[in-house]
This record gives sequence, C-alpha cells and structure tokens, in this order.
Amino acid sequence: MKGQGKNVTTAPTTAAETIKCLFTKEKLHRFVFGSKEKEGAGKQIVVYGLLICIGFVYLYPILYMFSCSFMNRDDLLDSSVKWIPSTLYLQNYIDAAKSMSFWSSLLKGILIAGLPTLCNVLICMLVGYGFARFEFKGKKLLMGLLIFSYILPSQVTMIPTYVLYNDTGILGTIWAFVLPALFGNGLNAPIFILIFYQFFKQVPKVLIEAAQIDGAGYLKSFIKIAVPSAAPAILTVVLFSFVWYWNESYLTELYVQGLSTKSIWVNLVVQLKNFDASFNTLATTGDTATSLNECVRMAATALSILPLLIMYFFLQKHFVESIDRTGITGE
Amino acid sequence: MSREKKVKKPKGRLGKLERREARAGYLFILPWLIGVLLFMLYPLGQSFYYMWFNIRITPLGTKFTYVGTGNFTQIWMENPEFPQQIVTYLWQTIVEVPIIVVFALMIAMMLNGKIKCKGFFRLIFFLPVIIVSGPVMNMLVGEGAATIPAMNVQSIVAALENFLPASLAESIGEIFSNMIMILWYSGVQILIFLSALQKIDSTLYEAAKIDGGSAWECFWKITLPTIKPMILLNAVYSVIFLSGNEQNSLINMIESAMFSGTKEKGYGYASAMAWMYSLVVTLIVLLFFLLLGSKKDIYDRQVKRRKREMKKEVRTVKRIERRGKRNARKIERARKKRNYRTYDGSGDY
Repeated sequence: MKGQGKNVTTAPTTAAETIKCLFTKEKLHRFVFGSKEKEGAGKQIVVYGLLICIGFVYLYPILYMFSCSFMNRDDLLDSSVKWIPSTLYLQNYIDAAKSMSFWSSLLKGILIAGLPTLCNVLICMLVGYGFARFEFKGKKLLMGLLIFSYILPSQVTMIPTYVLYNDTGILGTIWAFVLPALFGNGLNAPIFILIFYQFFKQVPKVLIEAAQIDGAGYLKSFIKIAVPSAAPAILTVVLFSFVWYWNESYLTELYVQGLSTKSIWVNLVVQLKNFDASFNTLATTGDTATSLNECVRMAATALSILPLLIMYFFLQKHFVESIDRTGITGE
Repeated sequence: MSREKKVKKPKGRLGKLERREARAGYLFILPWLIGVLLFMLYPLGQSFYYMWFNIRITPLGTKFTYVGTGNFTQIWMENPEFPQQIVTYLWQTIVEVPIIVVFALMIAMMLNGKIKCKGFFRLIFFLPVIIVSGPVMNMLVGEGAATIPAMNVQSIVAALENFLPASLAESIGEIFSNMIMILWYSGVQILIFLSALQKIDSTLYEAAKIDGGSAWECFWKITLPTIKPMILLNAVYSVIFLSGNEQNSLINMIESAMFSGTKEKGYGYASAMAWMYSLVVTLIVLLFFLLLGSKKDIYDRQVKRRKREMKKEVRTVKRIERRGKRNARKIERARKKRNYRTYDGSGDY
C-alpha cells in the first residue's frame, strides 16, 4: 500500500521515467496483490506470517515444557538460561517416572483406553447402522434422545451412576468403563454413533438390498458389506475414542480408580493429577534425587503425553484426514 | 428423505417386509436403548429424586431425609461460591465460544488456500487435540506456560473495568491470560471447518468471480452461508467440551461436594448443584441454537410461502367445489321433492 502511494505522489519528469514508473507500479501491484490467475506475494506473506506466528503460539507450551523438563536446579535459578538447558539433565524424568510408576500406569492406561474403545467401535457401528439403514417408528424421537444424551453434562448422572457402580461392585475396576461402552453409552458415544450414521447413509442402499436378494440376512449383510466399507469411519472412531478415553481424567478417577488409593486401575493422566502428593510421599522416603520443582512437574507432564505424541506422529495422516472421509459434515 | 417418504405408502398398516425391517432396526439399536435406559435415563431420574433429599451415608446404610428445596436454599444462601462461579462460567463460555469458532474458521480458511507445507501446518494445529486433558492443562497453566509472556493482562483488565461490569471484565481478563489454552481447544473445530470448506463447489466461486465479486464478497455470500450449519455444530461442540473440561472449577466443586463429609452436603446437595449446572449448560446451548439455528434463506422461504399459498388455494377451490356439489345435491333433492310434491299435490299424472 505504501509503495503504491509513493509512486503516485512523486511526479515523474520525463516520458521514459513515466513509462518506467507505470510499469513498476503495475508490476508491483500485481506482485503484491496478485492477479486473477496468480495469488499475490503480499497475501502469501501475510498468510504464511500468520500461520507461523500462530503455529509458534500453539507450540509454545509444548516447547516450554520440554525445555524446562531437561533443566536441573541451577539452570532453573540461572536467569541467563532461558530455553536451552546447559546440560542434558535426565534425572527429572527418572524421578517423575518413579513417582508415577510409569510402566505399570502406561500399560493400564492402554487397557483403560483400549478396551472401552473396542466396545465403543463395535456397538456404535451397530447402532449407527440401525439408524441409517432401517425405518421404524419413533426414529426421530430416538435420534433426539441421542443428541440430548450428548448435550447432557455427565455431572447430572454422575452421582447415581457412582452409587449404581458401587452397589454392583464394578466401581474401581475397568468394568466401570467397559460396561457402558458395551451398551453404547461410552464416552462421547453419541458422536461416534452419528459418525457411523452419516457414513452408512452414504453407502448405497442398492448394494445391501442386492446382498439380501442373494439370500443374506440383515446381520450377514451388515458384516459382509457395511463393515468392510466403513474402514475410514472405524479408523476415525478408534483414534478419537482412544485419545478421549486416554485424556479423560475426571471420570477415570471417579469410576475406574474409584477414588481409592488401593485401586490398581490408574492411568498416567490420573497419576499426573495427583502428582504433587505422590511425589512428596516418595521424597520423604528419600528415594528421589531432586525435590519437587517445576522442572520435575514438566517432566511428568511430558511423560504423560509422550505415548500419545508418539502415536500421533505415526498416525497423524489418518487423524487429519479422518474427518474428511467420514463425512461428518455431510448434513 | 422427503422424496422417499412420498414414494412409500402414505398411510395405513405397514407391509410385511416393512414390519420385518422395523423389527431388525429395533434389534440393531437395542444395545444402545438398554444403555440409555440404564446409564442415562435411570440415573437422571435418580438424581432428580436425590436433589430433594439430604443423603447421609451411615454405617447402617444410606439415610434419606426429605428437605424439599432445602438443598437449593443452602446452595444459594449459604455458599456464595457456587452462584458466583456459575455466573463467571456463563460469561466465560459465552465469550470464549465465539473466539474459538472464529479462530478455527480463520485458520481453516488459511489452510484451505494454496499453501506449501499444508500437512505440516495441519499437524501443528491438530496437535492439541491429543494433549488437552485436565491435568496436563492444569500443569501447563500452573507453570505459566499458557500465557504469552508479552501480554500484559493486568493492564487489559484495568482498562476493561472502566466500562464493563466487574464480573465480565474479570472473566475477559482470565480469557486473555489463558489465551493459548483457548486456542488449543479449537483443534477439532478447525478440522470440521476444513472439511466443510473443501466440500463447497468451486464453480460457485468461479461464477461469482466472473460476475465481479471480490474475495470479501465471496466469503460473506458463499462461504459463510454454506458452512453455517457447521458453525452451529462447532459452537455446540465447544460448549460441551468446555463444560466437561477439568479446567472448569464447577465440576470439581460438584465432585468435592459429593464426597464432603459435612452434615448438609453429600449426594443430594451435589445433585442439586449438578442439576443447576446442567440447566446453565443447556441454556447456553439453546442460546447458540437460537442465534445460529438454521433459518432457511430467503429464496427457500419464498418458495415455501408460495407453496403454502398454493395449497391454500387448492383447498379453497376444493371446498368451494364441495360446497357447490352439496348445494347442487340439495337443490336437486329440493327440486325432486318439489316435483314430487307438485306431482303428488296436483294429483294429475
């Protein structure tokens, strides 16, 4: 904009200069703002600049976390050390892992997230298919109920559910997550049902009817035709369900751990939630080399998100493309 | 959908095949139905029942004492924290959700253009979805990693307090101090917008360009109306996400009330809290539904009105016809009668 204004105000003296000036002005304008065919460099610079800035802001907490987790106490107190620690100090990680009992929590975390995910996928697929393929009375009402069950905060049903689990004795075991998932009421199950619903609606009905003419029953045509075609949707639901179960600390602590210290079902995120207390008890027995400081906390945080981060870097393509392919935006 | 319905038999008993299909449909959704009854409707009713009671767990079993609205008066009169938190939550959500949605739309628009390293940027912007869990966020916020260091939050709040109510200014200040976290919440929303943007027919833009529309006009007249349902979807998703997030101090308050050993608190008290909380959440969702609900665009509305008018006309014509027929019959009958009468009365054949 500024360059353009300058060109206009400085009056050219000779004809040659006028032509030159016009030429450069036009070219400059085209270069910055672009023409019909090509995008301008100015716009590109703005877009890239914004993306990089926001990207940095996005990554800032993670970068901070990693850089801080490698610092020892001297680096922490030294104001000249800001981002890059002076030495690669791994003691934070060792202490944090000990305090969180990393390996057993990791295994249990995978179980806590994996088993309900499996149930979620199977049942949500069935239910989504049922909604998409068949016409029956009260379908609209049931769909409304589905959406309502998504909007309803889990806190309302939390207390009686807790009592129910307590009475039936599944509180403090993994069944507290598996059982609702087995009945289509797992974490965020309405979203998954809707994803499958959308997906199966796109599968041509003729295909399934053809199978039925050939003598396949409802279940057989579901297993043989609908399920294989739903691979992208299945992948999406598996990934999201796993991540959401992994990150759900509130309900895991309440139901699966049962808020008791004796329970064996603890995942990393819940360990992180109670990190200060567990670290302090460990510190009193003298098992740790460092005292509790923010570097240890950051190391613990890094440990608890590390498994998912690794998974993400391997599967990121599927994550990012998943929503595209499931057609959740179909309606 | 509507066309299919028209093809089907409009009314009457279902055919044999249709009945069988319906039965299969019920069978397919049966697990979910049982689950809804067992894990949603039953607890919902139960907690509705609980909230009128004071429940204490004694070694001899749980003891229910009916207190009527006692729990509510207890919460509103004697515990100043809860109402205060609810108001803060309300403000925060109403301010935060538009920020999240607009930000997500902005990023999605930028990523949708022709840029290099698209995959890399997508990777970054989707990363937070993997990480956002309550404890991780609490840790990062606690260590001050969530604030952009250059941002001076105190002065912003001080400036805002001059012309806004204190509670609103405070919640806005909190939003500024946790800006990164709020931006972090928009990973899924970016994805949803992105895939919606990719589905817009590019010929629309070409046609608009030929007609001389600028990019700005294209955005307002093509992009925005097309993705409007997605805006609603994202807004609702954001509200639900924020309501179940552990950064939200209300849900922790409910949990601590649930297990508090004091005389007046307990399950009943926590149920009452949870009901009020979910009422607020539902209200916010409803608000966004009203604001962004899918109003048909002008053309659709005109078509609908025209159709309605036509239907009305047809009805009127039919009514007039019917009336005419009835009248004709009446006249006919009357004439016959008269004829008969005259026939009869005059007596001459």
